[in-house]
Amino acid sequence: MNRFDYVRAGTVAEAVQAFGVGARFIAGGTNLIDLMKYEVEKPGRLIDITRLPLDRIEDHAGGLRIGALATNAKVAYDDRVAERYPLLRNAILAGASAQLRNAASTGGNLLQRTRCYYFYDVATPCNKREPGSGCTAIGGMNRIHAIFGTSDKCIATHPSDMCIALAALEATVQVSGPQGERSIPFAEFHRLPGDTPETDTNLAPGEIIVAVDLPESRFPQHFTYLKLRDRLSYAFALVSVAAGLELDGDTVKTARLALGGVAHKPWRNREAEAMLEGKPATRESFQAAADLIVAEAKPQSENGFKIDLARRAIVRGLEQAAAGTPQSLSDKRIQ
Amino acid sequence: MLLEKQPPVSADTPIGITLTINGQRRALQVAPWTTLLDLLRERLDLTGTKKGCDHGQCGACTVLVNGTRVNACLTLAVMKDGAEITTVEGLAGLGDRKGSNALHPIQEAFIEHDAFQCGYCTPGQLCSSVGLLNEGHAHTRDEIREAMSGNICRCGAYTNIVDAIEDVMQGDAR
Ligand SMILES: Cc1cc2nc3c(=O)[nH]c(=O)nc-3n(C[C@H](O)[C@H](O)[C@H](O)COP(=O)(O)OP(=O)(O)OC[C@H]3O[C@@H](n4cnc5c(N)ncnc54)[C@H](O)[C@@H]3O)c2cc1C
Ligand code: SF4
Ligand code: FES
Ligand code: FES
Repeated sequence: MNRFDYVRAGTVAEAVQAFGVGARFIAGGTNLIDLMKYEVEKPGRLIDITRLPLDRIEDHAGGLRIGALATNAKVAYDDRVAERYPLLRNAILAGASAQLRNAASTGGNLLQRTRCYYFYDVATPCNKREPGSGCTAIGGMNRIHAIFGTSDKCIATHPSDMCIALAALEATVQVSGPQGERSIPFAEFHRLPGDTPETDTNLAPGEIIVAVDLPESRFPQHFTYLKLRDRLSYAFALVSVAAGLELDGDTVKTARLALGGVAHKPWRNREAEAMLEGKPATRESFQAAADLIVAEAKPQSENGFKIDLARRAIVRGLEQAAAGTPQSLSDKRIQ
Repeated sequence: MLLEKQPPVSADTPIGITLTINGQRRALQVAPWTTLLDLLRERLDLTGTKKGCDHGQCGACTVLVNGTRVNACLTLAVMKDGAEITTVEGLAGLGDRKGSNALHPIQEAFIEHDAFQCGYCTPGQLCSSVGLLNEGHAHTRDEIREAMSGNICRCGAYTNIVDAIEDVMQGDAR
């Protein structure tokens, strides 16, 4: 790890003030310290934000406001989250380990970086780590990489589980920075790689996430978080599905669907969601939506399997949501 | 930008922190890039806590910070200023066993159930188990397995580890 200055911020304003070129905020540290050990990150200054009063979870505008420093564990085990946003709870609990979730923060989870092997390996070219150096994953080992929204510069995925649920729940990210405060709709928070894969999100330098707002609860009954991975726990998703449905009898009133492990950001397809609305909640409808979504998929040399996996996971996820039988977190058999 | 204006707290002078480690208050000077794991092992000779991967992937470094289990390898010591740290060396002295030499019930249960082979993962498994019991979210065997998935055991003592935890849990309920 490189040497750095350490600043402990007492207020959000102080934290924003202390920011400068080469500085990084640090919360749980579970991603940043890891990257610093590999010298992927070499900050000149760390601004410790863990003492900021941003760890509360509060009722807000009919929904819930989750402080950026509320740990992943605190959010998952909050009674209001369990009751009103079980999709979020399940997604969080499908990720990482109990130890990591005890340390990891809400803000840090949104800003965790990709797990692309080459991004971590400073000996190989990577456009995200070193703009212009090339992408080793294209034509290389890309089994875990994206099938949607890739560019010829980068095919990395965003690894978060929590964010997939937040995308389906249409959360809003509250930030504070040198230019003041603003709100970013979740769908606009993360970005696609395009020509600038070094930029993961639309957060400006020096901006700090202060909270994530959830709108009024809509899917307390009909939801699932289905995560498919190489081992049953403590592994990142190859494909995951966050699904939320509002049903009117057997008819779909609202459908929200986000996919993880398949793109540089939580992947949504509004057309597929709209297509489901007003349709019977049957396998046929779900299959049609899944077909529409994967029609856009583009495989790399080693990850073609993800297309069929995603298609099936979407159908299964929607079935679980419709039946009100979300994927169990401890019994990993897929029903 | 502001880097010149705000004097760093700083790169070359170590920072003074206070930690209560296994019940003992310690005033320490640490460089900000020192992980809690390295502080425990390299400076304080508390080598019970193990370094397996150093990247959050194995759980061998699990310790309790204010009663909560975390990976010491991904924790900067300076950020835990003021905290209470419990390592495997301190489990026996937890709670009402303070001052006695009696093992923690989870340690007894690991011995009883033969919940290890080489023992490398064991300090992490023990601290993680105590964290799990403190959390109180796991009840069934499946839930224990899932909640312990952050602790890898290369010898594959998993079945007996779950037995040991279940045993202590049932003892607590009695
Ligand atoms: C072995 C392992 C397995 C994992 N498995 C999973 C998994 O299966 N699913 C999953 O979703 N995640 C997984 N994770 C990732 C984990 O969820 C993230 O590391 C964690 O959520 C990051 O949060 P943090 O608070 O520790 O972030 P930090 O490491 O503190 O920060 C991460 C980044 O966010 C910035 N930052 C933090 N907070 C703020 C803020 N409030 N405002 C602005 N910037 C901020 C930091 O500057 C840094 O760039 C895993 C991690 C490990 C090590
Ligand atoms: S996929 Fe993206 S992160 Fe991975 S090597 Fe290519 S540019 Fe780097
Ligand atoms: S040494 Fe910390 S998790 Fe492996
Ligand atoms: S007992 Fe050997 S690794 Fe667990």
